[in-house]
Amino acid sequence: MTLVLEAAVLGVLTGGVYALMASGLTLIFGVMRIINVGHGALVVLGAYLSFAASRSLGLDPFLTLVITMPVMFLLGVVIQTIFIRPLRTDREALSVLVTYALALGIEGLLGYFFSANYVQLKAWYDTASFPIGGFRITYVYVFGFVLCLGILGVMFLVLYRTTFGASIRATMLNRTAAQLIGIDVDRVSAVAFGIGMATAAAGGVVFGITTAFNPGSHYDLISRLLTIIVLGGLGSLRGAIVAALIMLVSEDITAVVISPVWATFVFFVILVAVLLVRPQGLYGVRVRDRL
Amino acid sequence: MSLLRIDNLSKRFGGVVAVDECSITVEAGSIMGLIGPNGSGKTTVFNMVTGFIPSDKGTVSFKSKSIDRLGPDRIYELGIGRTFQLARIFPRLTALENMLVPVRRKGLRALFSRADWSNERARAMEMLEFLDIAHVANKLGGTLSYGQRKLLELGAVLMAEPELVLLDEPAGGVNPALLEKIGEHIRRLNERGITFLVVEHNMSWVMNLCTEVVVLHRGRAIASGKPDAVRQEPAVLDAYLGA
Amino acid sequence: MSILRQTANLKWVGIVAVFALALVLPAIASDPATTNIAVFTMMYIGLATAWNIMGGYTGYISLGHAAFFGFGAYALALMLGHLHIAGGYTVFLFVPIAGVATAVLAVGIGWFALRTRAATFVIVTIAFMFMLQLLAENLVGLTGGGGGMSFPVPPWRGGSFNPPYYYAMLTLAAFALGISWWIRRSKFGLGLLAIRDDEDKALAVGVPTRTFKLTAFVVSATLVGMIGAVYGYYVTYIYPQFVVDPLIGISMVLMVFLGGLGTLSGPVLGALILEPAQLSLAYNFGASRLYLVLYAAVFLLVILLLPRGIVPSVTDLLVRWRSRTGPTAPAPAKALNS
Repeated sequence: MTLVLEAAVLGVLTGGVYALMASGLTLIFGVMRIINVGHGALVVLGAYLSFAASRSLGLDPFLTLVITMPVMFLLGVVIQTIFIRPLRTDREALSVLVTYALALGIEGLLGYFFSANYVQLKAWYDTASFPIGGFRITYVYVFGFVLCLGILGVMFLVLYRTTFGASIRATMLNRTAAQLIGIDVDRVSAVAFGIGMATAAAGGVVFGITTAFNPGSHYDLISRLLTIIVLGGLGSLRGAIVAALIMLVSEDITAVVISPVWATFVFFVILVAVLLVRPQGLYGVRVRDRL
Repeated sequence: MSLLRIDNLSKRFGGVVAVDECSITVEAGSIMGLIGPNGSGKTTVFNMVTGFIPSDKGTVSFKSKSIDRLGPDRIYELGIGRTFQLARIFPRLTALENMLVPVRRKGLRALFSRADWSNERARAMEMLEFLDIAHVANKLGGTLSYGQRKLLELGAVLMAEPELVLLDEPAGGVNPALLEKIGEHIRRLNERGITFLVVEHNMSWVMNLCTEVVVLHRGRAIASGKPDAVRQEPAVLDAYLGA
Repeated sequence: MSILRQTANLKWVGIVAVFALALVLPAIASDPATTNIAVFTMMYIGLATAWNIMGGYTGYISLGHAAFFGFGAYALALMLGHLHIAGGYTVFLFVPIAGVATAVLAVGIGWFALRTRAATFVIVTIAFMFMLQLLAENLVGLTGGGGGMSFPVPPWRGGSFNPPYYYAMLTLAAFALGISWWIRRSKFGLGLLAIRDDEDKALAVGVPTRTFKLTAFVVSATLVGMIGAVYGYYVTYIYPQFVVDPLIGISMVLMVFLGGLGTLSGPVLGALILEPAQLSLAYNFGASRLYLVLYAAVFLLVILLLPRGIVPSVTDLLVRWRSRTGPTAPAPAKALNS
């Protein structure tokens, strides 16, 4: 029983990271209606940037965020402007290809600079843990979780309490209408993409501390993130968070109760079950064009 | 014989009651006008009748059979066609191809409708000529003018020879000359046996064209009958001029 | 003879010539390296054409077609293993059966995936692909798991190993092209294109969208499954991650986009250009990770510079050129027959 509890707690803690990464992904979809299949690669990029920063500057991985988040944000704005904005027709389909190409490019570059060996972000306290109930929780997981909560909190504050956040939400609801009331949707899109990248940077750190990774790790990541946002409902932040928690908790419990081999499979089983009943996801909206 | 019976149809979207126990009867062979101020629920009624959105309450029956939970494609197959408020055609297909899309046979058999290909093309060209747009048969739908699109949309809907056609604001965005032509087309088609239910705001055009009129206000049918009678009813004047 | 007639005739002559060339290719260029490229190029011609039947005609982009590719390969391997079939020409007779098995899988996945609209559909297909990869890796008793599965070795080998596979791929590619052509001219095909343009409007004029979409999906998947089966036989040993391989799935998509989504010749052109390029890139740069960067760069250039693909862009140019220099004829009625 304690094993299950421990698994559940771990699931919540890691769910936080995935919630953060998935929010970025679903935000990008909501604002630009594009599926960024390169998001996994961006997280891995963030992890490697932190890796390089912490190695060369001797910084604690969490502290590298001070550098990597702004850098990734700017990179995001640049990527959006150069590669995504020019796509006028067939946006959804082409964006998948473009972002996949970006993912491959990033994978290639990372492989070139860092080799294919697995690495992991290190902190001097990364094996320290504290006891709770009948088991122990490692501090890094908790720090990571708190960080994710913090960033998500800031994101919600920006979205719901600032004017710019309102423009983002307006663009998400109805791009044309937003343009008509004077919102610069191109700028909003670029910033939203930047925010998505920044969350990927943060996610990258927590991901990188808790898991060994290499340039090829993005495939597994993106397949999980995509299933999470579909489960939650494309474009819904609340959905991304809830779905991430559901997924990770069930995965960790399955790993303990049945076997780790089938743990990832549970992911998909849940997705299939939910989509059978609600094809639009938990918090998604059925889209019907103007009738 | 009443062709279409709408009984106590209701629909709410969240807190907004769009259609409120609306009852309308459309007689075969008539051209019925469905009028009412903006937001009175006309298009929502259309969407429910044609299966695009489910109703909350009430029933719709066509030729005495309920068509309540059917999908739009099934309803078209049964003989009810519709046009949209903003004319919808297939932009990447030519006008002729647009005319050839509508399907008359159901399910898997639709996959193999090739035997009548040449017949269908001849009929399509005939219809295009009837509507005076045969000269754009090979132009892509996306390159047509708005007026041409409206006519094309109507033509395509008629390909399966529906008995009832629902027209959603056929006069919208259309110049007076074309408007008169559209009215003429409707009258000629009506003589050939097609019943029409027309949503429109252009009052004089509607009163001129329609044999019957029903007025919707706040989702309810508040008056119906011959155009001249209806336009005098106080409830109607109130609805249009009042709040 | 009118210009239109002349172009149409030229087209048929061209097609026959190309097909004849394809038939005698292994005789002309018989060294294994070249025939290997030929096998893979023909494979992708078939894959791209098959994918186009769903993605190009209906507009529903499936990024999980690699699932069917791998499933076909595994299905064939399993059949051959259980029935103790020895290597040889008889193996090819089982390919259609692998196709039928893939069709059954496609009906299941398609029924489910097509309940969602376009954007979600893309992701659901990706999810199913990863699910299948997982199953292949974990159902060790059935698929050999990570250790992979083997195919019986044929009696022909060495220098003349490749040609039979080339002809098998050629047959499948020709078959796929034939089906794609037939669909394009049929009412079914028109319905698919209508779905792509405006699905709700298609419903409003009676198009049974769910049936049509599912049929296109299953046809597309079956063809891909059969091609995957031949591939498995060709490489003689399959591993889960190399046969249910997202790179294969995405390559076929890219080829169709490069050549022209929804056209008949587009996928063929895309495959003819990209596969030899891909193979030579892998050969020359495969060792270093830069191969991926180069591939990605080419990819991006193609999409950003030619978003509609080569064939539509070139056709447009030709039409504009002709209307300026040729006799003042109205735009050719190419849409129904190209």
